[in-house]
Amino acid sequence: MLSIQELEKIATQVRRDIIRMVHGASSGHPGGPLGSTDFLVALYFKIMKPDPGKFTMDGVGEDLFFLSNGHLSAGWYSVLSRYGYFGTDELGSFRKMGSRLQGHPATAEGLPGIRMSSGSLGQGLSVSIGAALAKKLNHDEHLVYCLMGDGELQEGQNWEALMFAAGNKVDNLIAVVDYNGVQIDGPNEKVLPMGDLRAKFEAFGWNVLPMYGNDMEEVVDTLKKAQWFTGQGQPVMILMTTHMGFGVDFMTDDHEWHGVFPNDAQTKTALEQLNETLEDY
Amino acid sequence: MTEYINQGSKDTRSGFGEGLLELGRQNPEVVALCADLTGSLKMDAFAREFPDRFIQVGIAEANMICIAAGLTIGGKIPFTGTFANFSTGRVYDQIRQSVAYSDKNVKICASHAGLTLGEDGATHQNLEDIGMMKMLPGMTVINPCDFNQTKAATIAIAAHPGPVYLRFGRPKWPNFTPVGQPFVIGKALLLNEGSDVSVFATGHMVWNALEACKILAGQGISAEVIDIHTIKPLDEEAVLASVGRTGCAVSAEEHMRNGGLGDSIAQLLSLKHPAPLEMVAVNDKFGESGKPEELLKKYGLDVPDIVAAALKAIARKQ
Repeated sequence: MLSIQELEKIATQVRRDIIRMVHGASSGHPGGPLGSTDFLVALYFKIMKPDPGKFTMDGVGEDLFFLSNGHLSAGWYSVLSRYGYFGTDELGSFRKMGSRLQGHPATAEGLPGIRMSSGSLGQGLSVSIGAALAKKLNHDEHLVYCLMGDGELQEGQNWEALMFAAGNKVDNLIAVVDYNGVQIDGPNEKVLPMGDLRAKFEAFGWNVLPMYGNDMEEVVDTLKKAQWFTGQGQPVMILMTTHMGFGVDFMTDDHEWHGVFPNDAQTKTALEQLNETLEDY
Repeated sequence: MTEYINQGSKDTRSGFGEGLLELGRQNPEVVALCADLTGSLKMDAFAREFPDRFIQVGIAEANMICIAAGLTIGGKIPFTGTFANFSTGRVYDQIRQSVAYSDKNVKICASHAGLTLGEDGATHQNLEDIGMMKMLPGMTVINPCDFNQTKAATIAIAAHPGPVYLRFGRPKWPNFTPVGQPFVIGKALLLNEGSDVSVFATGHMVWNALEACKILAGQGISAEVIDIHTIKPLDEEAVLASVGRTGCAVSAEEHMRNGGLGDSIAQLLSLKHPAPLEMVAVNDKFGESGKPEELLKKYGLDVPDIVAAALKAIARKQ
């Protein structure tokens, strides 16, 4: 059983990986994955604990995770690799020709751990519902998790999915919104105010749990609580407040770091703030 | 020429409905999804017999396509049902990313395709769907010609791994292919051998091509009629062999000329066997309200249009 401190160490290394991957590729999205790192680390290392050696596309008999906001790929790849789905040396190929680590997650290259391509926003929750329905049909008790961005909620398809999941009691599904309040063009409030998200999700029939997503202990506790709420006739939503760019002071809460890579000096500064806890790839 | 008898006109969508029901009985992994058009798609029998495997999504086609994609993860074989218009253009990006690029085993089943949906008019008469779907890498595109063939095709695609677009229609239409004829994806059916011109038809236009063939025979012209039920992958061998015999071709489809079957045949012929080709298709226009037969006439998809195209193609032979 990994302790909170051990999970935090992994998260710090994942953040280092994200900075080094995006820097190495001279492209990518550092802000989002830095903010959701704690959640992804907790989910894989503490909550789902899938067997990386037995990855199958069907995923029968294990919990499943879908990343709807595919531009968080750097963080997901790092977590998959650090968890054991593939060697960490492959992280250096991120976004380069011939890599299995495509700019946005893809199934075509056969990277273990990935079951659906994502990047075009608004589709992941629907996909997760489908996978959850398949689990019910298969009498498979395992759960389906989905991470979405907050800006992504502006895609109308999400609201189709929210309505469907509650209306059809898809209660083996835990969706997580990375509520960092920023998107490419600026704060959500300026781009398109979304109002009271918790009230909206509840009005749609979801069981909503608020969570601060940059505190490992709170993340683990809330995820356990969310698991407890499954199987009760309602889908579960975690409204996860995070800081975009968390862990690197000059990236924190700055929408400019949505899709910009750090230069050499910025990379050096960022890495000085993130100790090498596991070995760098 | 080979005689084809109409065994009694039936709508191709009912062929889909019967095929789906039979599949439900054969294969417990088959699930069906519908976006509030269960009756129109003839999915009610499946829904009644297999309520646990029928998913009513409501008027939310984007959600439906992606739920279907998710269902494949867990080994299900999802069949989605709505009109052609809402099965393609409305959900193109969902199909592109979550089905085609992700190589998911989703069967997108589209009714009310083409002009013959009739009175609902251009908002619902999708004439671009074949083009949109055939451009997606890995997508199989099928447009059967009658009730029996649609039923057989529905059953056949369940056994075919990978994404499939199955297109059919609303009106009652001559049902002439034999009951139980095996449906082989990607294998064109030679319906009538001929020596002067090859007519490649798909969907409802296959019957019109057979009618045109009779008229041409009366004028001493021997037309070969080939049912191209699978537009992608195109049976290149059959097309090239036929044009090799006849020296010219006509394509006939209830679809836009841009992006349709004729466009695929033109590409093939120009690359491998240049020969005159005339296309019977809608030419860069939206449809309108009317009776199916009136619309086919106005937009140049009637039997005399195929006859005229055949004569023109023959005249262009050197």
